[in-house]
Amino acid sequence: MIFALTKTQTSLRNRIKGVSINPLVVALCLIVGLLIVGELLSPGFASLQQILRLLIVASILGIVAAGQNLVILGGREGIDLSVGGVVSLSAIIAGNVMSGSDAGILPAILAVIVIGGFIGILNGVGVTFLGLPPLVMTLGMLGVLQGLLVVVRQGIPSGLAAPALSKFVSSSLLFGIPGIIWLWLLVGLLMALLLHRTVLGYRIYAIGANENAARMAGVPVRVVRISLFMFSGMFSAIAGMCILGYSGSSFANVGDQYMLASIIAVVLGGTPLAGGKGGYTGTMAGAVLLVVLQSILTTLNIDEAGRQIAFGGTLLLLMVFYGRGRSLRV
Amino acid sequence: MVAASTNSLNWKTTAGRYPFVPALAILIILLALNGVAEPNSLSFQSVNGLFKTYMALMFLAVAQTFVVSAADVDLSLGAILSLVNVTVVTVMNMLGDMQFAILIACLSGVAVGLICGMINGFVVAGLHLQPIVATFATGVLFTGVALWVLPVAGMPVPSTFWRLYGGSVLGIPFIYYIFAILGLAMFMISRTRLIVQILSVGDNQQGAFQTGLSVTRIRITAYALCGVFSSFAALCITGDTASGDPLVGNAMTLYSIAAVVLGGTALSGGKASLLGSAIGALTIGTINSLVFFIGTPSEWQNLVQGSAVLVALVLGVYVSRKVEQ
Repeated sequence: MIFALTKTQTSLRNRIKGVSINPLVVALCLIVGLLIVGELLSPGFASLQQILRLLIVASILGIVAAGQNLVILGGREGIDLSVGGVVSLSAIIAGNVMSGSDAGILPAILAVIVIGGFIGILNGVGVTFLGLPPLVMTLGMLGVLQGLLVVVRQGIPSGLAAPALSKFVSSSLLFGIPGIIWLWLLVGLLMALLLHRTVLGYRIYAIGANENAARMAGVPVRVVRISLFMFSGMFSAIAGMCILGYSGSSFANVGDQYMLASIIAVVLGGTPLAGGKGGYTGTMAGAVLLVVLQSILTTLNIDEAGRQIAFGGTLLLLMVFYGRGRSLRV
Repeated sequence: MVAASTNSLNWKTTAGRYPFVPALAILIILLALNGVAEPNSLSFQSVNGLFKTYMALMFLAVAQTFVVSAADVDLSLGAILSLVNVTVVTVMNMLGDMQFAILIACLSGVAVGLICGMINGFVVAGLHLQPIVATFATGVLFTGVALWVLPVAGMPVPSTFWRLYGGSVLGIPFIYYIFAILGLAMFMISRTRLIVQILSVGDNQQGAFQTGLSVTRIRITAYALCGVFSSFAALCITGDTASGDPLVGNAMTLYSIAAVVLGGTALSGGKASLLGSAIGALTIGTINSLVFFIGTPSEWQNLVQGSAVLVALVLGVYVSRKVEQ
């Protein structure tokens, strides 16, 4: 009798836990709520034009966050702090390679993807073969990349986006929607296919959930983990190209802001930093949420100090909403 | 054969018992290289300068060690440093250039650091948020408050304060008194029950909880200690730069983590060396000065520094792993 009662209570508790937390739903509700608040505060905030502009900004963050998402899913405290460095570096290199001509776009894409992938592979090798914690390896890599930026830039602002690239990012491509948003949707589709329809996807979840078990089941753990970091480098490189197209020319350390923003987008999207569960759909919502939030704070007529306080406070509030870890009292 | 294996065992036991040994070895090699590249770099004057510039990072690295020991991390301590810096400078300017005023300013700075640390501890351990993102968010918050206290950099510090920091007492540069106090503090703290509790929480949180330790309280205490030591770092920065800057500490957060790792502390918690972290901070300082002294062209300096720090990190972690095996 008593036993049965306890059992019912447990299952009830589990059911409540399961229902109350769906990060994607929470994020979407918050986005809609924030848009309404924004519209009330400053009419025109939620106009189609404005929403498209927000989505352009969000898609750049979202593409960086795709790589971050993969690395985090792979577990073992996976995190990539070097994404910001790769974004800045690829923006500069792409600008120098294309230097304002459409013919240079393809070589530029190839160049930055190869460089980004190579940096990612280095990160992956450091993490797997040298055994460095990802936080440390990618932190060290960030230091190297920041130095490399100074060398590549040589102190002079250089590089120019090709007209076609700028057009792709800022003006309508199809149905009035800019190319970069289509690109982001494509990334989202590819990520969903990769994670849920391929062997590699299952392996990513496997090593994230339990690396030892995955190894015993025959998963080439090191190769998978290196590929995650490689993808992260490539996604950041693509995002760097997009920033170049968005701003016209590359300027100093444009990627810095993406380092922690990409991690927060992933967390707000419901992928815990412990890895092994979650997905990219939530991360996309997380990226939009973050951008809408920042945009509202910019719209409000408050000084930098107030903006930062409000941003930090809201982030904490959002995390309390659904980013919480498990309590020790099981 | 036997002798060799005993030898390597000894070496491993030493390094296992004193995790800072590899860092110390790297530091000594770097100092020697500095001496070869530029004999002047080992003069009393230059070493003073090194200590004066990197004392803040040493305190910050020690601060970070407390939370890392508990398997947490604090990405906000650069922001705490900035906030304490602007608070101290503002209070000093309000009260005027008197010794009493300076003491009050310093105490209020430490109080601010303590409060920030406790907020971090509450957010991470009390609300069960993930340390990396939660302390990033509180860092944004603290930066906002620092900008509110002092919107633009440049408020000067009373001369009594920076003259004391850069000057000498009884013929010995003041900086060495601070170093001695830091050393004493590390020695005493490493002997407390608290540090053992922090380490056991870091080693196995569930186990510590089941043993009856108050895990939440211990993690909050670690964050509070981290905040207090960050405020000490801020006092050093204030003495070194002699001005208030609401963004002075932001770049130092990641260096503090690098210093902790260089010092042989495991980011996974449960194994830490406060002394190692201080040595790690000095290692970063000597790397930077070595890059300068070997005559690296200015635009290449950052790259060489970054690569050298990465190599040192790889070496440090590699040696610790060998020791554990």
